[in-house]
Amino acid sequence: MANLSLTNNPDLDDWLTIGADGRVAVRSGKVDIGQRISTAVAMLAAEELDVAIERIDVIEVATGRSPNEGLTSGSNSMQESGNAVRLAAATARHHLLGLAARALNVDIATLDVDDGLIQSRATNRSTTYWELAGGEALGIPIDPDVQVKAPEAHRIVGRHAATRNMDDIVSGRPYFVHDMTMPGMVHGRVVRPPHYHARLRSLDEAVTGRLAADGVGVVRDGSFLAVTAEDEYAAVKAAERLDAGADWQFGDGLEPQDVFTRLTENERVSLPVVDGVPQRQPVPELGDAPAAAAVTMTARYEKPYYMHASIGPSAALALYEGGKLSVWTHSQGVYILRASLADALDMPIENLTLTHVPGSGCYGHNGADDAALDAALVARARPGTPVLLKWTREDEHAWEPYGSCMVLQLRASLDSDGIVTNWSHETYSDTYNTRPRPGPEKIGAARLLATRHLADPLSAPIAQPVMVRHSGIHRNLDPLYNFADRRLVKNLVRNMPLRTSALRALGAYGNVFAIESFMDELAEATGQDPVDFRLRHLDDRRAVDVLKAAGQRMSQWGKAADGCGHGIAFAQYKNIQAYAAVGIEVEVTDDANVRLRRAVIAADAGQVVDPGGLTSQLEGGLIQAASWALYEEVRFERDGISSRDWDSYPILRFDNVPAIETVLLDRPDAPFLGAGEATAGPSGAAIANAVRRATGLTLRRLPLTPDALRAAALA
Amino acid sequence: MPVGITLNVNGETHEIASDPETPLIYVLRNRLGLVGAKLGCGREQCGACAVLVDGEAVLSCVRAASEFEGNSIVTLEGLSDGDTLSDVQRIFVEESAAQCGYCTAGIIIAVTALLDCNPNPGKPEIQAALADHLCRCGCHGGVLKAVDRLIEGRATNG
Repeated sequence: MANLSLTNNPDLDDWLTIGADGRVAVRSGKVDIGQRISTAVAMLAAEELDVAIERIDVIEVATGRSPNEGLTSGSNSMQESGNAVRLAAATARHHLLGLAARALNVDIATLDVDDGLIQSRATNRSTTYWELAGGEALGIPIDPDVQVKAPEAHRIVGRHAATRNMDDIVSGRPYFVHDMTMPGMVHGRVVRPPHYHARLRSLDEAVTGRLAADGVGVVRDGSFLAVTAEDEYAAVKAAERLDAGADWQFGDGLEPQDVFTRLTENERVSLPVVDGVPQRQPVPELGDAPAAAAVTMTARYEKPYYMHASIGPSAALALYEGGKLSVWTHSQGVYILRASLADALDMPIENLTLTHVPGSGCYGHNGADDAALDAALVARARPGTPVLLKWTREDEHAWEPYGSCMVLQLRASLDSDGIVTNWSHETYSDTYNTRPRPGPEKIGAARLLATRHLADPLSAPIAQPVMVRHSGIHRNLDPLYNFADRRLVKNLVRNMPLRTSALRALGAYGNVFAIESFMDELAEATGQDPVDFRLRHLDDRRAVDVLKAAGQRMSQWGKAADGCGHGIAFAQYKNIQAYAAVGIEVEVTDDANVRLRRAVIAADAGQVVDPGGLTSQLEGGLIQAASWALYEEVRFERDGISSRDWDSYPILRFDNVPAIETVLLDRPDAPFLGAGEATAGPSGAAIANAVRRATGLTLRRLPLTPDALRAAALA
Repeated sequence: MPVGITLNVNGETHEIASDPETPLIYVLRNRLGLVGAKLGCGREQCGACAVLVDGEAVLSCVRAASEFEGNSIVTLEGLSDGDTLSDVQRIFVEESAAQCGYCTAGIIIAVTALLDCNPNPGKPEIQAALADHLCRCGCHGGVLKAVDRLIEGRATNG
């Protein structure tokens, strides 16, 4: 498969510079969001160049300096940036050895490299990368067919590596955009409307006058309101004072409704999905179940709106000076955001520079991009003054774009041998695709929150179905199982109440939750073992291997104790990335709390580069998915979002963390497979399956709260 | 109106003029340049802002700095001795017990406070000490493992 990162940035110098000082600068266009991509690319570069990993500097991602690799999303970074950096480093090594052979007047085949020192076995003469390249551009393209090291020659890849930046993190050195400071910098806070549809009617001039007298700057553009102050806490208090002086026109508010009913009743775009790709064709009728079927079952699964719920609220630093704008942001795509900020601000794109600085983990499209526009709007109103603008906890909870609620309607027919012959799966969901990608009519800018509030506002674009394979709503809608007859339907539902976008795993979380819950129910209804039942429907050997590995570990757990249950689930992310099987043991307590006792993850992510980083991503995905399954649901009422803090939107805590065993099925000869989102879907389903087996209760709506369990028990 | 506040932070005494209501975290981060403690919620709900106050983990995002006059405050920066990390910091590095790292500051403070008063806590004590610390990346397992490793290592090394 073509690597767009390489196609778009074919020059070696885009990716790598060999310094005169014995250091190697690696430029990836993928940003580190806690997934340790910077560690992995450093390992790959050091491996192929044969230099110590300590010599590698991974350069911060910035427009104009870094290769444009689009977004850091979709678990694509190893496949795109990892492969590109590997080929860049291998090309550089090959090129430098050629230069060395000429300089030393020896046959290239006699050369060995050790930490950048190039020696000839023929002459005993030597040179170094640093002498040969010395910080100069190498001026050659990356050779996509360059020979890379054989796995058995690896001394860095696949082994333990120190995670980059950990020293900064544990010792409290400035690391996050929130920690930045500049001479003359002021702190900014926004004052948002009470809800999506409210607009500013007026501001109490007495309040703004007092704020001005206190040295607080007020920025107003339509319904966009912000304050600035030299002192950060003064900005916090000023935002509260300004809010109290704002008279909002509430309009009709957010109509209270049962979102699950709305999902199947609202206007929608319905498309059949074939081989993971939506088709512009009529949806085939479901029809009656085949008369020959021994068993036919239907089930409707539901998941609510979830938050990204980053621990650190979104933030950005912006400086507008001499018609040029610099923004420091934790965006997942600085080039994309630059284009849409330029549109939003009506500025020439070349006058904007965006630099990535780490933020709190984002898990998809959270408030990062919106905060960047907020900071830019305020900075433009304060030319020459750097503005560090931070959202509050309430801003983040109430305004981030959520992962959509979903309804998953399934039906399966099995023959008398217990094999699935017919499978139907309809997914109903709002969009997962509102990242600010630039496009005609300022569509990217229109997806940045503040543009809706400006005096000259942009309207939120109407979502269109994404037709890309395994994208958004239909991600993992097509099961990997070899069902002979499958009817798969994507329903993009319009006029849903809340703002939505990409949240870790996107539609795959709901789709896999439904598929894997249903598979378990079918297995149980036909008296089959849940692992064997899945294996009977799998042809992919790697899928079989992860399922067996997880199943084998679970069999060592023995029979579940009273009140406990074991659940398993499996998926291959997007049917082309990492394979993951997850097994969970839960205990359901007398007060209907679900306790996570232990878990096993078996995963195949192709060749393993950074086993620690990979394990961390897989386990983190399980924990986040467990939190969604057990605790989370965005709530709203007419006056707006009611989940505005950690009490009203609880997430999983340290008191309910399972002991996790992670089994990595390393495939040294196979390509990297993105793994950051691979466990999310299986984990949610495995928990639901374990709860069902522990209680005998079939709960098909998440989250599995004590109230939900009690209601199911009484039903 | 700003008032004079005397704070003892990381072994040093600081005289600061501050609004008496300003929560401690803003003084630490913006006046003293100690950005180790993170602002996560401003509501004492997430634990990212924890610092040691007389050896105990205390949240710094709500209570005014002026309340801490006379106390000994230690931030994440104060745990290390120059470039030498504390045992707890070191084990977090060795075990890579963080992903994005935003909640890590508060967690390291909580673990430090726990181990200082109870060198050999069991899992329930560790979980209780961390119960008010939220992590969204899902590093919980890594954190618990790191703490176990530290306790084991201390036992082995006497």
